[in-house]
Amino acid sequence: MATRTQERRLAFLATALPPIAWVVVFFLAPLAIVWAYSFGQNAGLTEVDINGTFANYTRALEPLYLGIFAKSIFVAGITTLLCLIIGFPVALSIVFASERWRPWMLMLIMLPFWTNLLIRTYALIAVLRTEGYANFTLEWLWNQGSWLMTLVGLQPLGEFTPLQLLYNNFAVVVGLVYVHLPFMVLPLFAALDRLDKSLIEASLDLGAGHLRTLLFIVVPLALPGIISGIIITFVPALGAYLTPDLLGGPDSQMIANVIERQFKRANDWPFGAALSFLLMYATFAAIALRAYFSRGKAADGHGI
Amino acid sequence: MTGHAKSYRTSRRSLLKGLGAAAIGISLTSPKRSAWAAEEPKLNFYNWDTYIGETTLENFTEASGIDVNMSLFATNDELFAKLRAGNPGYDVIVPGSEFVERMIQANLLEPLDHSKIPNIKNIAPEFMTDAPFDPGRKFSLPYTWLVIGIGYRKSKVKETPDSWKVLFDSDAYKGRIAVMSDASELFRNCFKYLGHSLNDASPELLKQAEVMLIKQKPNVKAFHEDNGQDLLLSGEVDLVMEYNGDIAQIMTEDDDITFIVPKEGAMRQQDTLAIPKGAPHPENALKFINFIFEPEVGAEITKTILYPSPNAAAVALMPEAYKNNPVIFPPADVMAKCEYPNYLGADFTRLLDEAMTRLRAA
Repeated sequence: MATRTQERRLAFLATALPPIAWVVVFFLAPLAIVWAYSFGQNAGLTEVDINGTFANYTRALEPLYLGIFAKSIFVAGITTLLCLIIGFPVALSIVFASERWRPWMLMLIMLPFWTNLLIRTYALIAVLRTEGYANFTLEWLWNQGSWLMTLVGLQPLGEFTPLQLLYNNFAVVVGLVYVHLPFMVLPLFAALDRLDKSLIEASLDLGAGHLRTLLFIVVPLALPGIISGIIITFVPALGAYLTPDLLGGPDSQMIANVIERQFKRANDWPFGAALSFLLMYATFAAIALRAYFSRGKAADGHGI
Repeated sequence: MTGHAKSYRTSRRSLLKGLGAAAIGISLTSPKRSAWAAEEPKLNFYNWDTYIGETTLENFTEASGIDVNMSLFATNDELFAKLRAGNPGYDVIVPGSEFVERMIQANLLEPLDHSKIPNIKNIAPEFMTDAPFDPGRKFSLPYTWLVIGIGYRKSKVKETPDSWKVLFDSDAYKGRIAVMSDASELFRNCFKYLGHSLNDASPELLKQAEVMLIKQKPNVKAFHEDNGQDLLLSGEVDLVMEYNGDIAQIMTEDDDITFIVPKEGAMRQQDTLAIPKGAPHPENALKFINFIFEPEVGAEITKTILYPSPNAAAVALMPEAYKNNPVIFPPADVMAKCEYPNYLGADFTRLLDEAMTRLRAA
């Protein structure tokens, strides 16, 4: 039945072509151009001469830039870890919430996500700065404490010194965790929601405590969701530049800030392209690692 | 390279306004007048945010019948990046002086026919002659000018901080100072502090400045992205490296704040009006530029944006509080030590960026 096969092939082409064209035009082609730039050098102010040089990569692998890469990976790693620690209980409580509350709780997670990143970052500045809401709250608590002390006949507390919450690495991590939390909570929620709750009941019935059930039943079953969450939190956190720019202190430079400067102030697109691609290779490595782990699982027969 | 964003653009007041305007683009259309011209009566103006008088564009449409479509950019780098791949349709742009030089070198600007801009006579003569970035002003005309200095909170300093020393080379105000994060602005003002010209492109001098700043870094609270006036106004820091126009704007909100140009001299800049190569409406562009230099129009713009204006006829129409403001017009003896930055070439630009990367990573 050659005609039917042909028809099927046509139908396949008709449905597959638009997404393929989309990927080629809006993803692969621009990426290829940037990739080509990374093997070029500036020829004048506006021209890039693509001559196959590896000079940009050699420069990008100097200790200065490797150090900044390492720092960015560290900051993104801390961010991911904190997102996991905060996100897991949140996702769990949404899963076990009543049907009535669940959409609202998901909404609360999503709502900040729909607000412009710049606005959220400026809002954090208003909260964290020396004369910001966090310090106002602490000062109020301090003064109440002081008043209580005098009430029971003790010496009052000294003058309140505002905490330095902004323009340091702490502020960058707070900002990144705040921005990336939905990326962690949503895949965790999806994984935990699919989990067969009778397994938890069985574990509890058979005498395991809540903590043991959580660590040995829930976590292993939710592992694919956890790994997805880790990757889609880690990758954008690694490329963050607005947050370290606006919340960071003198030494809070991340690799994306260096890349941004190459495309703007330094006007060195080839070098910026090389740095971007190193970042992208790191991303590919993370995704490949994930594929490797999930394949291992499938081969073990515990596959999801 | 210099990206002296007019930082009040991202202040709390203007953030929402800016985002809104950027999202929809400001499109002012009014019924077309009977203007006969070879060109369609349209003009695409590419400007900084909040950098034009409230009714200037409407008034121009009223007077000429030409509709102005204004879109906004935030940094000179953004403007340059947009134009380097070919003019997407802008007729009039507002590049900073250092970028004018780069754009002339890259052949991105159209020469201006001065005979079609009779209002050039209103510009103070020194701005026509003293423009090393565009000799003879063949490609650009001055829209505003600005100078970098130290904005500070009067009640928090022991004595007038009249030297770059307090920001670059002293722990007197540890943790209460912020400097600019732009490599060119930061390092080249250090050159002034070290007794050199800011156009001295010597790697040794740059190294000296880098070593000094790395030593100074523990005393610095933030490398700000052109929002120094916000840091000062919110009490986050007490001394900040910033442009005079930006500090002048917050001085209207807080009279404990003032500004000084350090005695060693500093970097000065101009924002200019220019026509990019490939502009679709070059005749309208010339009419628009001429209109901007009308005395009343210049005064209306200055009242809104509060920047120093090179339009002498417009300044004459301004109130005394503006004309005699030492922040907007710093004393002549200090200004004499200030310099326009030349474009120092791709190699030095790279050295500057590497020095900045090392400083931030140190």
